[in-house]
Amino acid sequence: MAKDLIILFLALSSAFFFMVGTTGLIRLPDVFSRMHATTKSDTLGAGLALLALVVYKGFDPVSLKLLFILIFIFITNPVSAHIIAKSAYDQDQKKKKEEDHGNS
Amino acid sequence: MSIGVFTAMTLFLALLAFVCLYRAYVGPTAADRVVSINVITTKVTVLIALISVITDQNEFIDVALIYAMMGFIATIAVSKYIEKGKLY
Repeated sequence: MAKDLIILFLALSSAFFFMVGTTGLIRLPDVFSRMHATTKSDTLGAGLALLALVVYKGFDPVSLKLLFILIFIFITNPVSAHIIAKSAYDQDQKKKKEEDHGNS
Repeated sequence: MSIGVFTAMTLFLALLAFVCLYRAYVGPTAADRVVSINVITTKVTVLIALISVITDQNEFIDVALIYAMMGFIATIAVSKYIEKGKLY
């Protein structure tokens, strides 16, 4: 019974964080704030959902693989957000420089 | 009871993935689309893991792991292409 309650709590908080991330992706005004909203809350939501699965499966090879997926997502999601932000910032700067040249 | 929780979670994630697809469709710049696809990839990875546990087919966990890797490589490749105009 306690296991069921823990799983319910983890799944509900994971659904909440996924919903916050999606709302930010839809509502916020530009690329960087959208990334700011999604990259953190989405990583936490995925981690909580996979943790719920690990609690359900117990001590098992499958939960080891689920933990691998969790660690992989925790490493790669910030890295890809950083790389997207870098490329978007470079594009921004390039566009601004071209506009300045056009004005002067 | 837990299986019911996981099924509800799966349906909710599928719905949210479609909502994210809206941003991939309208998004004014290419970076918006890459962010949206990255979010959808994370959601689908969790969704595959959930389905594997619901139907009790342990092989699907490997599919989720490979899907996470493919999404990471796709994000890196597309944002490098946006940044430089070429892939190397």
